[in-house]
Amino acid sequence: MKPSDPNRTDIPDADRRKALGCLAAWTGAAVVWTVAGGVPRALGATSAGHVGDASKHALTFVQISDTHIGFHKEANPDVVGSLRRAIADIHTLPQAPAFVVHTGDVSHLSKPEEFGQARDLLGELKVDRVHTVPGEHDAIDDGVGGYLKFFDHDGKGRAWYSFDQGGVHFIGLNNVLNFKMGHLAALGDDQLAWLKADLAGVSHSTPVVVLAHIPMWTVWEPWGWGTADAAAAIALLRPFGSVTVLNGHIHQVLQKVEGHVALHTAMSLAYPLPTPGQAGIGEPGPVKVPAGELGKLLGTRQLSVVRGKHELALVDTPLDH
Amino acid sequence: MNRSIPLAGSDHCGLHLFFCIVLGLLLAVSSATAATPAGPTVDITKFAFTPGELTIAPGTTVGWTNHDEVPHTVASTDKRLMSKALDTDDRFEHTFNEEGDFAYYCTLHPFMTGVVHVRKP
Repeated sequence: MKPSDPNRTDIPDADRRKALGCLAAWTGAAVVWTVAGGVPRALGATSAGHVGDASKHALTFVQISDTHIGFHKEANPDVVGSLRRAIADIHTLPQAPAFVVHTGDVSHLSKPEEFGQARDLLGELKVDRVHTVPGEHDAIDDGVGGYLKFFDHDGKGRAWYSFDQGGVHFIGLNNVLNFKMGHLAALGDDQLAWLKADLAGVSHSTPVVVLAHIPMWTVWEPWGWGTADAAAAIALLRPFGSVTVLNGHIHQVLQKVEGHVALHTAMSLAYPLPTPGQAGIGEPGPVKVPAGELGKLLGTRQLSVVRGKHELALVDTPLDH
Repeated sequence: MNRSIPLAGSDHCGLHLFFCIVLGLLLAVSSATAATPAGPTVDITKFAFTPGELTIAPGTTVGWTNHDEVPHTVASTDKRLMSKALDTDDRFEHTFNEEGDFAYYCTLHPFMTGVVHVRKP
């Protein structure tokens, strides 16, 4: 696998699905949820966290996030080991994923050696490609310049891109730049213009999956857990019958459904963070948990496009399972 | 510093040791003073700059020290201030030679803000 491989294989969609909803399994609670029309409905308990018959899935991919290679503090002294456990889990999935997406903060301090180590580690994944988007930890000293030396997916020198696979239109966004003092991070006008032009060529019946690091809705503004101009991007996505937005940044699983737009944040592979605005905790710093608890709070997410179904299936699996 | 070892039962040597220690301490204090910037330090703790507002005279050097477990930066929108990533215990210093108001923030956590007022006394 080459994270920067520009030779993508676009698979034409034989039977475009009208819409995808979202089917998510919270393996922590071992309950499968179906979301139809924005209302979650519990289906029943799962034992192994598998959603239905894997062979029915037209396209399966995996989301990992917030590996923070270079972090070595008490909250997780071995982030490399955590990533390797995730890689081992991905290799044992019943249906091999077509690719893996990484939704930001691949590094901790934007150092070249961290990007290099991260790229080598992600290279251990036995998948065709790894698609990444930058987090704010990947954009510290030189904007995304340092990140792009290792993760420039289409050679265009920018951290946003799109591609089509399995009948799904995938979009990677950079929502960690254009910071303003005291304000949330943003996509910026240039990127929004690109997004509008990119979507102009996509049928509204095509399922769309968006990758971006910071949540595309305001989870908790005092901690910067939101994107200033997310509403402008969501407005461009709203006409589509099925939109799934995959975020990282807050190191925990949350979801929000707005009509046909389902937004999901993912677990980290480095360390947990407090719940939004958690009482008694004034800042979003790493949460230290007793030994043996960490593996329950870090994990991976498997996503599947289910042929003949309107739902996109999600399974969040902690490292300890 | 050089520390002589007193011979047993020798008052002279004990006195010698005493002066050696005093001299060493004086040297240590003076060198520490030389290494410490003349200006104030802003502590970065719990995702906040403390103090968040400073007033200094032109030519003053301000230092920022990160005490958090996560990295922070000190940056201004016009990039007159632009630190590297400050990991735990890292320090950034900047000398303000011109008068003015220098608002700054952390590019990783833009809700963290501060300001330095540079005024002639």
